Amino acid sequence: MFNNAQEFFNVLPIIIIGAGIVVSLLIEMYSKKSEILLPWFSVFMFLAAGLHSLYYVGDVSIVLQNMLATGGNVNVFHAIFTIGAAVVTLLSIDYIKKYGAYFGEYYIILQTSVLGMMLMAAAKDLFVIFLGLEIMSVSFYILAGMNRKKLTANEASLKYFLLGAFATGFIVYGIALIYGSAHTTSIDFITSHFPELTKNLLFIAGILLFLIGFSFKIAAFPFHMWVPDVYEGSPTTVAALFSTGGKAAAFSAIIATLFALFNGPNGNLFTPYLAVISVLSMFYGSIVAIAQDNIKRMLAYSSISHAGYLAIGLAAGNHDAVAGVIFYLAAYTFMNLGAFGIVSLLEGKNETNLSINSYAGLGNRKPLLSAMLAIIMFSLAGLPPFAGFFGKYYIFIAAIKSNLTWLAILGVLSSAISVYFYLRIVVLMYFKSSENEFEMESSRNSMLAIIFSVLVVILLGVFPGTLIDLITKFV
Amino acid sequence: MEQNSLLTYLILIPLIGSFLVLFIRKEQANLIRYTAFAISTIAFLVSLVIYFQFDSANSDFQFINKIEWIKGLNIHYHVGVDGMSLLLVLLTTFLTPLTLISSWSSIQEKVKEFTFFFLMLEVGMLGVFISLDLFLFYIFWEAMLIPMYFIIGIWGGKERVYAAIKFFIYTMFGSLLMLVAIVWLAVYAIGPLGYFTTNLIELYTIAPQIPMYIQIWMFLAFAFSFAIKVPLFPLHTWLPDAHVQAPTAGSVILAGVLLKMGTYGLLRFNLPLFPEASIAAAPYISVLAVIGIIYGALVAMVQTDIKKLVAYSSVSHLGFVVLGIFAMTQESIQGAVIQMINHGLSTGALFLLVGVIYERTHTREISDYGGIAKIVPFFAFALMFASLSSVGLPGLNGFVGEFLILLGSFQSPILNSWWFTVFAASGVIFAAVYLLWMYQRVVFGKVTNPKLDGLKDMNAREIFVLAPIFILIVWIGIYPGTFLKISDRSTAKVVKQMYNPIKVSPVELGLNQSKK
Repeated sequence: MFNNAQEFFNVLPIIIIGAGIVVSLLIEMYSKKSEILLPWFSVFMFLAAGLHSLYYVGDVSIVLQNMLATGGNVNVFHAIFTIGAAVVTLLSIDYIKKYGAYFGEYYIILQTSVLGMMLMAAAKDLFVIFLGLEIMSVSFYILAGMNRKKLTANEASLKYFLLGAFATGFIVYGIALIYGSAHTTSIDFITSHFPELTKNLLFIAGILLFLIGFSFKIAAFPFHMWVPDVYEGSPTTVAALFSTGGKAAAFSAIIATLFALFNGPNGNLFTPYLAVISVLSMFYGSIVAIAQDNIKRMLAYSSISHAGYLAIGLAAGNHDAVAGVIFYLAAYTFMNLGAFGIVSLLEGKNETNLSINSYAGLGNRKPLLSAMLAIIMFSLAGLPPFAGFFGKYYIFIAAIKSNLTWLAILGVLSSAISVYFYLRIVVLMYFKSSENEFEMESSRNSMLAIIFSVLVVILLGVFPGTLIDLITKFV
Repeated sequence: MEQNSLLTYLILIPLIGSFLVLFIRKEQANLIRYTAFAISTIAFLVSLVIYFQFDSANSDFQFINKIEWIKGLNIHYHVGVDGMSLLLVLLTTFLTPLTLISSWSSIQEKVKEFTFFFLMLEVGMLGVFISLDLFLFYIFWEAMLIPMYFIIGIWGGKERVYAAIKFFIYTMFGSLLMLVAIVWLAVYAIGPLGYFTTNLIELYTIAPQIPMYIQIWMFLAFAFSFAIKVPLFPLHTWLPDAHVQAPTAGSVILAGVLLKMGTYGLLRFNLPLFPEASIAAAPYISVLAVIGIIYGALVAMVQTDIKKLVAYSSVSHLGFVVLGIFAMTQESIQGAVIQMINHGLSTGALFLLVGVIYERTHTREISDYGGIAKIVPFFAFALMFASLSSVGLPGLNGFVGEFLILLGSFQSPILNSWWFTVFAASGVIFAAVYLLWMYQRVVFGKVTNPKLDGLKDMNAREIFVLAPIFILIVWIGIYPGTFLKISDRSTAKVVKQMYNPIKVSPVELGLNQSKK
């Protein structure tokens, strides 16, 4: 399997998670204290994999018979997934008990979904992408319906499953057409023979189907219909995972497959498609979010519009765009984890306190929590000196370098619209007085996770260079 | 390059201070107030040190501090001042401690948060004036919105939420277009310089070479963002709302410093970066400026609310500044710079006085007053003084700036028409009408409102706040040379950059070697 110990060492993060899943299954079966042991085991496992990825980011190699890549961007993605998952796990400990869906398999399925994401980011072969995608998606369908007794959760799960399976169909069909015209599923072969392959209409159709399938997964308009309902129906911590890890994984797969193409001849073949879905997603997301009353639905539409900003980077398709998209994903992951984390903390039993109006006057009652939510909202709106601003800045650089200035202008117009609904939360928290003062169950674990996320958002905003230098070194 | 970290200290003092305040228990409101006052006074003293070490014969940026920040994108923490920015830095550090004292009695709730945001605001304003990297400038420019938004939204009047959101979205909308223009410029730099850069000093050398049809778009993107901030007619509609709803300290800083960020931006970025486009756009912008002067004055005349009247007078006064900038002669630009300071002082004083009386009577309607000269003589005198300064009475500060602007715009080869001066001059007359008429209705006549009986005159703290401002008003009015001298070289340089944009290649300037 492995040619040498170095190869084994390079894919260690994936192996850690894989082995961890097996151990977790055993803990769940045999330990009486699994309720405490399992989440903390997951957190440490995720952190171990994440730190390994970050520390050995320089070990660029291709392993396992040209199936997986390691090092560089792959490792940055792995770190985003695993550290993000560690935050989600911390948030879940108290939340899923409150939510009434404590099952041991929750943590284990969370781990398998992360394994799927990691395979997608590391893939060097279309089949590995497909394998990773399915591991992730099937885990997601189960997580969405974690509370079997709740009607909305069942609806979310079923809706996600049906539409997700439909999208997967597109991807498989796309891969089949690509295989039919290229006679291989190796990504390296496809990128190196791209100019000849594009003469074959079937190949272009294949890539397009592949892209459409992934447009579902990144939650871009017009393939976004599942997003609001699934976010609303799923447990809040699970929605946090969908909107961060799930989105980042889909982008990592697109980057792994397509980015080598963009620099070659005919590289801008798919720019029109990507630019169109980008503009539609940005504006649709920002405008519809204004009308939302449920905070989870608002974050869902915000997620659609952020998919649009990220797609600007895909459309630009140059070196800066790769770096920009990865930076943006890292920033977005922690902003959204913080936002969903705070929502999950404030959420009462039976999914109360989810309406935006229940945040009125929070600034007086929960100063620290409100300050953190305000920072996250400013960051999501793209205000300096927070991480979200820098992500946008970087993506606009990429767009302008690729002569897509018009796309950057539309991007800023859409962010100006989005300011309105992000600020609405801040207005309610600080400028309005409370309507109903609800009691909040405090949770030290969740607070830890939220504070960590907010610190990352501030640090990435003030010192973006640390991450940028790491990414640009390997693009 | 020689590094000088004085400006960095200047920014760090309020930044660290604002977090320091957070650690004081909120019950100790007075301790918080004294700490904040001490912090902002230290910042003022540091800016005085900078002033005394400043070489006004040198037109280059001084006190430069340049530290690598984001290596991958060639972004530096790069600060420095020339004469124009030094004057505005001094205005900021001078007004901040005074406004902090002025709010001691009016801000009773959430003193800690207020102080935190106020010091943060000072950081943002100072940063805007000293940044020499467009990226850094943009960060401060935008970040400053957040504290101001909270100051209006939490401590403001009845319609504060509406005013805060309007202020925020208006400004944000303008600045986002500027962000695209900044990125475009930085990408454009790759052509002539060979690398991506947002360094202002380097961009000064290459931006004027941008072809005219693009330069116009760049000019508009920058100018739009600054014009909203100034505010230039017809983009001024956020201003009366924000001013009227903001607490006194917020209004003073808003009028005194924030609006100057717009005119400063026009002067620092638009003119030297896009000279051809600026010359082409000058007549149009000057027409808007003159409309603003007259419109602001006429609308101010019919206001029944004193604070709104002062707010509209800002639209009129800032019109003068914009006219001065786009007349593009050295006299007019000197006049514009000194007028920025004057407006900060006289309008700041007016807002402070409105705050003083509002705190006692809780009304700002002119018709509720009348005949208070006998009840509160100190106040009546101070209001007279501030009004006359704002009108532009010779011997006080307002006259110097307006005179220079009118003189400069009369001779301006770019505007090439004395109609601008004629119409603008009528604004001075209107100013006398609306301010003196307001003064007459508030101060003279018979006391009709029984609530005014027993009104307390200004206390020692309030006199202490206004006295330094009045001293400066007289100083500038009688001997403006002290201040004009500071900005003389740098405004001359702007004019030179306008008419002979630097057309040397960057290689000759040694810019390429310094990088590689």
